[in-house]
Amino acid sequence: MEWLMWFTHFENTKPLALVIFFTVFCAVLFYVFGSDRRSQRLESYKDIPFLDEHQDAKGK
Amino acid sequence: MATTNVVTGGQYNYDIVRKFTIMTLVWGVVGMLVGVYIASELAYPFLNLDLPYITFGRLRPVHTGAVIFGFGGSALFATSYYIVQRTCQTRLFAGGLASFTFWGWQLIIVLAALGHVLGLSQGREYAEMAWPVDILIAVVWVSYAVVYIGTVMKRKEPHIYVANWFYLAFILATALLHIFNNLAVPFSATGSYSLFSGAQDAMTQWWYGHNAVGFFLTAAFLGMMYYFVPKQAGRPIYSYRLSIIHFWALIFLYMWAGTHHLHWTAIPDWTSTLAATFSIMLLLPSWGGMINGIMTLSGAWDKLRTDPIIRFMIVSLSFYGMSTFEGPMMSLKDVNALSHYTDWTVGHVHSGALGWVAMISFGALYHLIPRLWNTKIFSEKLINVHFWLATIGILLYIVPMWISGIMQGLMWRAFDDFGNLQYGFIETVIEMHPYYVFRALGGTVFLLGMVVMCYNMAVTIRSGNTRAVA
Repeated sequence: MEWLMWFTHFENTKPLALVIFFTVFCAVLFYVFGSDRRSQRLESYKDIPFLDEHQDAKGK
Repeated sequence: MATTNVVTGGQYNYDIVRKFTIMTLVWGVVGMLVGVYIASELAYPFLNLDLPYITFGRLRPVHTGAVIFGFGGSALFATSYYIVQRTCQTRLFAGGLASFTFWGWQLIIVLAALGHVLGLSQGREYAEMAWPVDILIAVVWVSYAVVYIGTVMKRKEPHIYVANWFYLAFILATALLHIFNNLAVPFSATGSYSLFSGAQDAMTQWWYGHNAVGFFLTAAFLGMMYYFVPKQAGRPIYSYRLSIIHFWALIFLYMWAGTHHLHWTAIPDWTSTLAATFSIMLLLPSWGGMINGIMTLSGAWDKLRTDPIIRFMIVSLSFYGMSTFEGPMMSLKDVNALSHYTDWTVGHVHSGALGWVAMISFGALYHLIPRLWNTKIFSEKLINVHFWLATIGILLYIVPMWISGIMQGLMWRAFDDFGNLQYGFIETVIEMHPYYVFRALGGTVFLLGMVVMCYNMAVTIRSGNTRAVA
């Protein structure tokens, strides 16, 4: 269990945290913008609030 | 897009939404009235009337409790129950439990206010309530989570719309914050000792306090924004992909920023630096969300002239952008050395609370109420009157607080040639007085707008009906 002590040093964990968080951020960016087909699918969800609009006929 | 069996209005549970909507208006007037009164007390202390029950110290948590949890909380319950049903195309899960969240939440606000007036307080900002009320909050909140998550799980629309993500984050985070911040050992029916002590207690308090702002007053109201701005504008959100980045960046970054409330205190310096760093990074998702909301009007800017409800929403987003710029700036240690403990902080909070939270809520309610009662708004002119009263009221509030706060900070840190403090504390108080009068005036104007809204909505509701739309 001695290896766990490595995590108790800020000079180790700070760059580790940076690498993990930056990688995740890049992965999210790639997921969102990395493919045209996926982009189209994601953007299609923006219409969800309008799917039951016929119910709003009176409330203008 | 894969969808959908659209259900009719009769299949939605609007009754619970209507109840919370009405209580939003009620608590709005009560909370803002108390706010105006305590602002007046600061300007004219004789208004204490020598009664301990209505001193500033006791009424201040009544004000914050009524506006944050009463007005804001009821608005969030109402809009989240409305949005989750409509975007998931399904009826609310566990209607009885939803009813319990309504009565339980109202009881909490009343019990908390009574406790504050009687002088019962844990001494934790925005969490002053005695421990039995804390337990009731936890029970009601878990019930809320069950109703909300249950509804999402039985959705007919395959995708969970982004507004629901923000509400889900708000529900989950608020549960965590509330439970850990209120861990305590009771010593009587109303008194308790915190489980934490010293600097750790302070850090727990501000982890809660800042994330109450981040998740209760920001993430949840962004959920409101992501539904009602597109609906009122009649066009979808500017970029759904940007909303995904906005969501994940915002909820990740907010959790780390709380310690910026404790700069220059006994906490470890690195926690202070960490909090300031994350606060600066928060500017990016905050402005990403603001731009996403405002750009939804792209190609339809004329609505700003013709639709007062849209005006409420877009101005609220502008205030959101302004206060999310001001917040990171104030989190810098050097700026904070001047701004902390001064009225600048009060001005900052109210530019967010009145400008962002209240204005987006007004816009959402004006959109919602005619639809809930199957009618038309009684008077668009009165919406316009409300808009200008609210906007002028906010400016009359926050500008004097900026001036007062910066002056206060500069006077506190001024030294004479001999190295002594140049001003006594009472001298700073005397200088603050005219700004306190203006602050009370600004609050009064904002409250007047709220009263106009209540009148407009009361007449609207009376002309409507609650029959289901087929």
